[in-house]
Amino acid sequence: MTATWLIARRELGAYLRTMSGYVIAAAALFVQGILFNALALGSEQNRMSTEVLSQFFWVYSGTIIVVSVLLSMRLLAEERQTGTIVLLSSSPVREYEIVLGKFFSALIFLILITLPSVFMPLLILVNGKLSVGHVATGYLGLFLLGSACLAIGALGSTLARTQLLAVIISGGMIAGMILLFPMGSLTERPLNDVLMALGLWHRHFPPFQSGLINLRDVIYYIAVTYFALFIAIRVLEARRWR
Amino acid sequence: MIEVDKLTKYFGERAAIRDLSFSIAKGEVIGFLGLNGAGKTTTLRILGCLLLPSSGTVTVDGIEVTQDPYAIRRNIGFLPDTPPLYMEMTVGAYLAFAARLRHVPRPELAARVTEAEEKTALREVHSEVIGELSHGFRQRVGVAQAIVHKPALLILDEPSAGLDPAQIVEMRNMLRGLRGEHTVLISSHFLTEISQTCDRLLVIQAGELVGQGTEDELAQAMGQGSSVIEVEVKAQPSGLAERLTGIAGVSKVRIVASSDSATTLEIKSTRDVRAEVARQLVTAGCDLLRLEQNERRLESIFMNLTHTPAGGPQ
Repeated sequence: MTATWLIARRELGAYLRTMSGYVIAAAALFVQGILFNALALGSEQNRMSTEVLSQFFWVYSGTIIVVSVLLSMRLLAEERQTGTIVLLSSSPVREYEIVLGKFFSALIFLILITLPSVFMPLLILVNGKLSVGHVATGYLGLFLLGSACLAIGALGSTLARTQLLAVIISGGMIAGMILLFPMGSLTERPLNDVLMALGLWHRHFPPFQSGLINLRDVIYYIAVTYFALFIAIRVLEARRWR
Repeated sequence: MIEVDKLTKYFGERAAIRDLSFSIAKGEVIGFLGLNGAGKTTTLRILGCLLLPSSGTVTVDGIEVTQDPYAIRRNIGFLPDTPPLYMEMTVGAYLAFAARLRHVPRPELAARVTEAEEKTALREVHSEVIGELSHGFRQRVGVAQAIVHKPALLILDEPSAGLDPAQIVEMRNMLRGLRGEHTVLISSHFLTEISQTCDRLLVIQAGELVGQGTEDELAQAMGQGSSVIEVEVKAQPSGLAERLTGIAGVSKVRIVASSDSATTLEIKSTRDVRAEVARQLVTAGCDLLRLEQNERRLESIFMNLTHTPAGGPQ
């Protein structure tokens, strides 16, 4: 596990030492701020605080998905593009340590750039009341959704030879998984239940958004994270045979 | 230290290397010689446990590469053809990272990094960002990451690629300095560099081993035991080649260039025949313009080996 931590720390350093990390962070906060203003705070009629808060998390889940794809594209594709992957693969480091190290660095960075957004829900306090539990639950949902998307992104980055291709592959996989729900609603039983339950967003995120933690949803996101990382590790291992 | 037996690696349908067998003793400095695409890099990547073989066995220090590549990698330093550098890191931080990945204990870290930097003349750029260094420096950082954990086996894939002549000399001296501490495998198509740095050469052509041994052994095997001489005469070549072939020890006479005013011949022989050649030419009435011993012996061995169809002289 030492190697996992070493790789994660170096990778995190790379986010902080290069422009791309700051650019993604700034863009994410900017877009989220604008959307929050326009959609949650901007409406004319009087609304409940929880409604505003729920809309904040609804908007933020979209931002998180896009940011996750952008953050994860470089994880392995960049190493392959520049040849630095050889440093890791010629060292006594196991494939799971490489993938986990990369994944944790992206997850930590995602948390770092999400935390500064906390002031937005706090703005609701100006004209209303705020439940700390609701805010915490919303952020937990964002964290779980982000972790699943980063894991899928890491898988896409492992499969792709270039970062551009990684974005396309991961974006496609995530869009496909989100669309499982609407697709499921068009099919008949028993297939529709399965497809809808597998959807990445519609069934599993909204409860967090309105302050509800279901064990089912937590397990779903952890399972998606686990499987995506598992496949990424296997892909990396298989590459030694090619 | 390394035993390779019938090593074969396929990429899809194509065999990059086929039935390679050789062994390398501890402490040897081995040169892998071959044209681009001959299979040098693939061989080195398998020895470095980056790739796994399609068939055949490779054992490093008694461990089979497919059994426990993890254990083998602990004792390997590897420099690929493009050095694996994180451009945004400083030289010191990068070397420390590489050392930690290879299990250098934390208390020894600073000393190991300093030592590697001294051996590769990088002390002055310790705190500089790698992306801002010149190509020569970057190549040296690549070598430094390979030696920072003092591996038993050091694998360098074309360490002199893209360097200018002065840097090539520096690199050669640096590689000489590494002799004795590691078993070293170097691949290159810089023939002069390899003949001066290595104890033994392995010549690879189209994925097969076509020759191995010291420069002298290879020359012997190629029937170039003593010399290749070149003569330039002011005469028509008719009958001249036959006359020279008649000299005892001459194995081959070839017309290299011919014009109205002069003819250049290359004479291969198993002993020094310069005096006889001169005498024959003069008695034949040719005007001798130039007679010289060919210095580029290794180059001609290499050209010969790599131009012989596979399965040729071993």
